[in-house]
Amino acid sequence: MSDNKMLFEYLLRLGDNSLILGQRLAEWCGKSPVLEEELALMNVGLDLIGQARLFLSYAGEVEDAGRDEDTLAFHRDAQEWRNLLLVEQPNGDFAKTMARQLFIDCFQYVQFEGLLHSTDKTVSEIAAKSLKEITYHRRHSRDWVIRLGDGTEESHQKMQTAIEELWGFVPEMFDMDNVDNAMLAAGIGVDVAALKDRWDTMINDILAEATLTRPEDTWSVRGSRVGKHSEHLGFLLAEMQFLPRAYPDAKW
Amino acid sequence: MTNSDNTAEFPLYEVFIRSKNGLHHKHVGSLHAADGEMALTNARDVYTRRSEGVSIWVVKASDMVSSNPDDRGAFYDPNDDKMYRHPTFYNSPDEVGHM
Repeated sequence: MSDNKMLFEYLLRLGDNSLILGQRLAEWCGKSPVLEEELALMNVGLDLIGQARLFLSYAGEVEDAGRDEDTLAFHRDAQEWRNLLLVEQPNGDFAKTMARQLFIDCFQYVQFEGLLHSTDKTVSEIAAKSLKEITYHRRHSRDWVIRLGDGTEESHQKMQTAIEELWGFVPEMFDMDNVDNAMLAAGIGVDVAALKDRWDTMINDILAEATLTRPEDTWSVRGSRVGKHSEHLGFLLAEMQFLPRAYPDAKW
Repeated sequence: MTNSDNTAEFPLYEVFIRSKNGLHHKHVGSLHAADGEMALTNARDVYTRRSEGVSIWVVKASDMVSSNPDDRGAFYDPNDDKMYRHPTFYNSPDEVGHM
């Protein structure tokens, strides 16, 4: 793979995480438990879609094949997506949405902190802008996980179940493949494997405060870096991509 | 909004936002939240999405004491004929600005 192709792949991973999670959060629109929380979820979702736009338009420039952010978002099939399996998992109940959010918020926090020092100026600029947003996202999801975990018996049970259901998607976040290693060597990317300890500390502190039990590492799934996704991504894309595919000339 | 009864469990908070340093906090509206901390983050999401503020206060509506409209006469009317209480008989220097 050429250096450019590697960078393109790396940018897709960053942008796709944000876009797919943003789309998932948008599914809460009109269905949130309370109005105030609905606005909070939409704010987080729109932050993520904003990050995705920056990464994907830059990816389009790097690829130099005439694909812009919209083409990359709306005209790629499931196996061409590079988002983590975690972010495409269905919303489930509110506890599951918050567990997913907490895992990814803590991950993006340490990842983007590292990307601040990227030798690629565009990447470091996007990271600087996004990190402020992610800091707020983490505060929001942390508050909810603690509130529900240390809440009633029912909310505690739901939060614990949610964490266990998603725990096996965690290890994939910290994998390093040839693209990650090439980007690290070039000073563009970060060593996510080395960030696992910080993520663990953050999560352990939050789980302890929430009176939740950290699950055992009994199972894990991976595959997003080579385009192997769970069945959920196809349904998400079908909804997200319907309009521009059905009406290619539509403007909005 | 699947169940509007949910909001009934959360108390009402009044939200005050200072739009710029040096200005007063102004009442902007209200929201429901389980406690002060949640009210603060909710206020951030509901009322400062277009960077309206630099500081937020939230107060539980039930903790606020307000005057009763029926007391209007006793409270305010006696001041109507006491013009000397208004500082309109002085020239204030330009540096003072708006008073």
